[in-house]
Amino acid sequence: MRETHSITVEKVLPYSAEKIWRTLTSCERIAKWLMPNDFAPAVGHRFNFRTSPMGDWDGVVHCEVLACNPPKLLRYSWKGGADSNPAYGSRLDTTVTWTLTPAEGGTHVRMVHDGFVLPGNKFAYDAMNPGWGRVLDSVARVTAEG
Amino acid sequence: MPGAAQLTSVVKMLADPTRRAVLERIAREGEIAATSLVKGSRVSQPAVSQHLRALRDAGLVMERREGRHIHYRVAPGGLDPLINWLGHYRTFWHQRFENLERLLKEDE
Repeated sequence: MRETHSITVEKVLPYSAEKIWRTLTSCERIAKWLMPNDFAPAVGHRFNFRTSPMGDWDGVVHCEVLACNPPKLLRYSWKGGADSNPAYGSRLDTTVTWTLTPAEGGTHVRMVHDGFVLPGNKFAYDAMNPGWGRVLDSVARVTAEG
Repeated sequence: MPGAAQLTSVVKMLADPTRRAVLERIAREGEIAATSLVKGSRVSQPAVSQHLRALRDAGLVMERREGRHIHYRVAPGGLDPLINWLGHYRTFWHQRFENLERLLKEDE
């Protein structure tokens, strides 16, 4: 069993779960904040995100809806990359999970992107963690200013 | 790697020679106050502040406040978006999350 790592981004947003759910699951809406896609909110639906090609990878992210429970839980697979690419652009077999929970002042939105296998060693991963905590702080600050 | 270049704000950050010089100076000094950065360069104070803000927002530098002074140092792993998927997607999701918030706000 290979060791995997995940990314979590979460925040309470001042909107209803239904409103946020629409933004997470409408093809047109997703294109506005994430990437061009052919998403449909149905378990088993296969779809793609398209981004810039990278080495031997064509830039297509292959996805399948794994769970769809409005307006609470959305999970899709997220695969791409190429074996021949080193590090960035290499083979990617991951899962993205969105969880919406009612919270004081709105809805708690939690995104977990899970299943990263690191090309480097664990030391590098641990070393960069404190830095990225600050990134989240600055993102929050910039968002508040905007 | 043109694909990577288009995908990361880090590359955009480093494309500006003045900003890159600011980052390199911070890396060389270990930690440096914004005021000292201005003194040692031919760039104006507002310009330096703008570069520092951009570098901070891109996750390339960290700041520490001490009274009226702000000290800067290089954020560990800030260049990781260029190196691996995990680093790339950390930046990616934070940016997209901001897009999501902005879009929801626009709808009001």
